[in-house]
Amino acid sequence: MWIDVTRYVEATVLLQALPFTSSRQGAPALVLLLVVLTNFTVLGTTRLSTCIRALAVQGFLLGILPVLLATIFSAHLVVLTLGTLAVKAIALPWFLRWAIREAAVRREVEPLLGFIASLLLGAFAVGLAFAVAARLPLAAPSTELLVPVSLATVIIGFIVLITRRKAITQVVGYLILENGIYLFGLTQAESVPFLLELGVLLDVFAGVFIMGIVVFHINREFDSLDSARLTELSD
Amino acid sequence: MRMLLLCILPFTAALFAGILPNGRARPIALIRLALLVGTALVHSALVASIWVTPAPGILAGWLAVDALGLIVLSVTSAVFLATAIYTVGYMQRESPRGGRLFVSAMLVFLGATTIVALSQHLALLWVGMEATTLAVAPLIFHRHDRRSLEAVWKYLLISSVGIALALLGTFFLSSAQGEGTGRPLMLPDLLDHARALHPAWLRAAFLFLLVGFGTKMGLAPMHTWKPDTYGEAPSLISGLMAGALTSCAFLGVARITEIVMAAGLGQFAQPVLIGFGLLSLAVAAVFVIGQSDVKRLLAYSSVEHMGLLVLGLGLGGVGAYGSMLHVLNNGLTKGWMFLVAGNIVLVSGSSAAAANKGLVRTIPVSGTLLVLGLFAVTGSPPFGLFLSEFTILRAAVAGGHIWIAATMLLLLAVIFVGMAMLILGMALGSPEPGVTPVRESRWLIVGPVALAAIVLLLGLYIPGPLNETLARAAVALGGTVP
Repeated sequence: MWIDVTRYVEATVLLQALPFTSSRQGAPALVLLLVVLTNFTVLGTTRLSTCIRALAVQGFLLGILPVLLATIFSAHLVVLTLGTLAVKAIALPWFLRWAIREAAVRREVEPLLGFIASLLLGAFAVGLAFAVAARLPLAAPSTELLVPVSLATVIIGFIVLITRRKAITQVVGYLILENGIYLFGLTQAESVPFLLELGVLLDVFAGVFIMGIVVFHINREFDSLDSARLTELSD
Repeated sequence: MRMLLLCILPFTAALFAGILPNGRARPIALIRLALLVGTALVHSALVASIWVTPAPGILAGWLAVDALGLIVLSVTSAVFLATAIYTVGYMQRESPRGGRLFVSAMLVFLGATTIVALSQHLALLWVGMEATTLAVAPLIFHRHDRRSLEAVWKYLLISSVGIALALLGTFFLSSAQGEGTGRPLMLPDLLDHARALHPAWLRAAFLFLLVGFGTKMGLAPMHTWKPDTYGEAPSLISGLMAGALTSCAFLGVARITEIVMAAGLGQFAQPVLIGFGLLSLAVAAVFVIGQSDVKRLLAYSSVEHMGLLVLGLGLGGVGAYGSMLHVLNNGLTKGWMFLVAGNIVLVSGSSAAAANKGLVRTIPVSGTLLVLGLFAVTGSPPFGLFLSEFTILRAAVAGGHIWIAATMLLLLAVIFVGMAMLILGMALGSPEPGVTPVRESRWLIVGPVALAAIVLLLGLYIPGPLNETLARAAVALGGTVP
């Protein structure tokens, strides 16, 4: 049943955004659409491994975007592309997969909110993002689709973060949220070039090294990565 | 030169403290602690020298001192010095892991807060803020048990999301800067061209930066990490966070408020600030009643004071002056109270009210400081907090917001009752039979006594240069001088 809903939502989103792909910026628009689809995959899947694969695909898409959007070739572009690919498409998913294996996490996602509800919420987020983006003035026309997709990704990351029980899925949600911010950062890559890279680096540090260490301790102390069991402290 | 030293010194000291081998061998442990206290002393001396003769900006103006930054830098430096001295006594009693990571992380924290206070570039400010989050995490997790693990997990997850939203807000702010509005994200340029910024993007930037840095401040409803983190972290770390870290996070909120006010969007921003302020006061009032642990109680008190800070900004007028004075008073008082709470834990092993009775008799100095602190932290005269809270109240009345003033007074009264019930219950009464008075180490007392003295002095007399700096900060925030 939930698969049908996923398909339906994905098809609707595709149809909505199809006019954009035929305009002057075909390739970036297609990539951005795929980013939205990876978001829905994370929302709709029951399997943790699919979640992480979707995150890796999203990281890859984010990595090639700067090249597709660029008008001139520069050293900065190469660094950004390679760095993003290395971190978001390879290192982070690898680390998460390793964490699951080492900590012997159960392979299901265990949502607090049902999959269908999450997907509907995600679809609502996309609609909201397009509505909000339409009201914000754009710096450059090449970023037409970048702003709504970025906002939608931020909101969907947030949804994953608060509606999934496991510590590791919360980290996935956080990383999706980060990806959304990265997308928005691409619109500002020319005025504040270094900020994007700093964002990538520092969030890797926060998201993986520190949270990763904590995740391991959680596993050792509680024999489970279920953050819902972290309930000793409350009022 | 002094500016460069201020920024580099803590990181260098952290490096040295990290290189020294771990372990409790006397000479090495002593060198490490000397490094900590020495750095804190030099840092404070440098900050004091900036009060006397201003230091020019460095790195093309990326790091410079202005009124707002100087106030936050001074609180941070003072609280850190008191905490560093306290650490010497603390390490004699309790250092489960030798203290290498502990001291290094504290020094990195000092460096990161210095960067936040001095940065005139909003991206650099964000980087500094992120660094404080990371530096403080191992300190919270110091005890390595289940409860501190849960606390550090909540703290990291919630703050990371907050800091991520602040990054998005920073990008929005950069979007608001069109052609010809100066260097990107430089504060002086943003202020000069404030009226040329895109209002829609600027509004979005304000909301995201407020929520992002507000999460780090612990404004309700993003405060949920606060009681757990302050309750489980070693008390001196809770003090550093409640005194120094929240002041830095408030600086982030004040920076964007400065820009929004200069752009003439006060009508939009001020109600939002007032809303967050009153909500924080209300949440604190609800949770203070019936608390059973002094550290968690102080955490809710911190939520209250964060609420007062943004309330003052939101009310404008003399409220901005009140807020800046309150940064100073609140930071110092929180340092004082958490260090006292630390002394209580060292004696009885617990910060729960049930485990501590008759503290005035068992630990006379800390017990007395606890009772005095109750009156200071709830804004009673003659302490500094009375003055700053009264100034904020005056702003509400002067602005014609009688209902806000009445709500504020009511909530403050409820908080006073809640805090007094718990703290007086712990301090007075007779100790459990068999508990004898303890002489506390001088290292553990110097810090809180000094902080208490400053808070008392600030309630009686505000020195000329301080008044002038507060006035400049208030004007920058779109307020007036009382």
